[in-house]
Amino acid sequence: MAVAATTRTGVRPSRAGRRPSVPSWIGTVPFFGYVGIFLLLPTGIVVWDAFKNPAGKFTLSGLTALGNAQVRGFFIGSFKLSLISALVGAVGGAILAYAIASGNPDGVIRRLYLSASGVLAQFGGVTLAFAFLVLLGPAGLLLHASWYYSFPWGITLIYAYFQIPLMVLVFLPAIDGLRIQWREASESLGSSAWQYWRYVGGPLLLPAFLGALLLLFANALSAFATIQAWEDQIAYTVPQQISTSMSSEVGLANINYADALALGMVVLVAIVMTGYALMQRRAARWLR
Amino acid sequence: MAAITSVGETPLEGPAKRPVGMQARRRRRLNLFRYVVFTVFGLFFVLPLLAMARWSLEGVKVGSWSVTAWRQIASYNSNEGIPPLISTVEITLELAVITSAVMLVLVVPTMIWIRLRVRWLARTMEFLCLLPLTIPAIVLVVGLGPIYNKIAHLSLSALMLFWVYVVLAMPYAYRALAAGLNAMDAITLSEAARSLGASWFTVIVRVIVPNMWDGILNALLLTSALVLGEFTIAFLLLYVNLQVELYSISRNTPNAGVIFSTSVAALLFAFVLLLLLSFAGRLRRGIRL
Repeated sequence: MAVAATTRTGVRPSRAGRRPSVPSWIGTVPFFGYVGIFLLLPTGIVVWDAFKNPAGKFTLSGLTALGNAQVRGFFIGSFKLSLISALVGAVGGAILAYAIASGNPDGVIRRLYLSASGVLAQFGGVTLAFAFLVLLGPAGLLLHASWYYSFPWGITLIYAYFQIPLMVLVFLPAIDGLRIQWREASESLGSSAWQYWRYVGGPLLLPAFLGALLLLFANALSAFATIQAWEDQIAYTVPQQISTSMSSEVGLANINYADALALGMVVLVAIVMTGYALMQRRAARWLR
Repeated sequence: MAAITSVGETPLEGPAKRPVGMQARRRRRLNLFRYVVFTVFGLFFVLPLLAMARWSLEGVKVGSWSVTAWRQIASYNSNEGIPPLISTVEITLELAVITSAVMLVLVVPTMIWIRLRVRWLARTMEFLCLLPLTIPAIVLVVGLGPIYNKIAHLSLSALMLFWVYVVLAMPYAYRALAAGLNAMDAITLSEAARSLGASWFTVIVRVIVPNMWDGILNALLLTSALVLGEFTIAFLLLYVNLQVELYSISRNTPNAGVIFSTSVAALLFAFVLLLLLSFAGRLRRGIRL
């Protein structure tokens, strides 16, 4: 590679006399400029404004607000919902992924479930809340579930609808990576199915499973549209509270509060995603 | 090794037959487990969609059938301070097209250029493209407020949402495009083209891009699907796109049939898009073979 690069630059001067010294990274400026303005700048504004009061002075009051009981309640609500829906999604998705993996690798069922998972993992939001509303809500076609509006169980069921497919997408490669020879080897050594899963399969899949769990957790943490369409009167989670403080009549006075909440979320998601990356690296050791 | 195992197993010749029976029994149990799992999860995934489809066909009397809600998609106007439904459908479709176009123009050439000429930026680009996954839309929108205040001076149209939608779609588009680019030996191809006298523009447009159509199509699909379903940013920046409109209608008129017919229509549209693209991909692969 290095050789090719030098040859190229070595050849160029003879021909490229007409445009000297335009470094090749110039071509990437539009992209990095765009990302700078619409991704890095807004993030920077959130972090910066979280340390300011409405008058523009530097303060830590926004951050200390994160410590008060009411705000902690939103974080606990977010945490609870994310954890429970991640667990439900991860366990359900792992079972489904195992059922898919143990079948014909070119079969119709596998292809059907995989492409459906690709679509459904992205299918959150208003429409999803509508779909469950007419299935289970007050006027539900299947049943009128009394717990439909209870937090976190009602919304957990709705979240499972996109968490399970996401788990299938993330976890299936790990299950596919389990080689049949490992199973045969442990069986020829006299292990039972339980022993195989306890000492071979389980430990191999554990990092991938925990990693996926973290990804699902972050996914639920950031979700807003679905829960807003499910219940817009009561704020249970941080995203709902950010929305309330941005759009309330006294919104201007609250924008730094929204910034502080948003900063809290960034930190939380960053921690979770770092854990996910570490787990992925650990999982990749065996499953390639 | 094999000899040792077989020696070890010879005395057990009698019972050695049992594993076959155990295998068969386990296979049966496994199949039973699989069918139960597929049925349960299948129902879980299909029932909400069916319920929504059924509700979109509900007549005035409970249990009757009617296509009124589907007819209303074109004409529905609740007059409660929100624009007519069909105008937001249009805006959202236009947004999908603009976002996809900007995404391609911005990301594809940069990605190829970095692969060919500025490799030391590859990790940076990957990091930035995947970063929106860790910065939730609800966080991004808080920081976007001041920026969109400036944009609002130029234009109030909801089409302006495309600026940030490009960023939201970047992780998905990037992965699809990277898969397309990795599937070929871009360096060798470009060296061959350059040595035959091609300009860099020709290399990118006529050599590399035609080889990654699959990735580009996937990126287009994912971007469009994301734009069709986006709610958070539009809602909090006070723009009205399709999802915000549906949300507003459902607040004003709970259980209005039209929100369900429109939702189903949007889903079907996304599904048809997906089918078309996967079909197109397979067709081209077939020709190449």
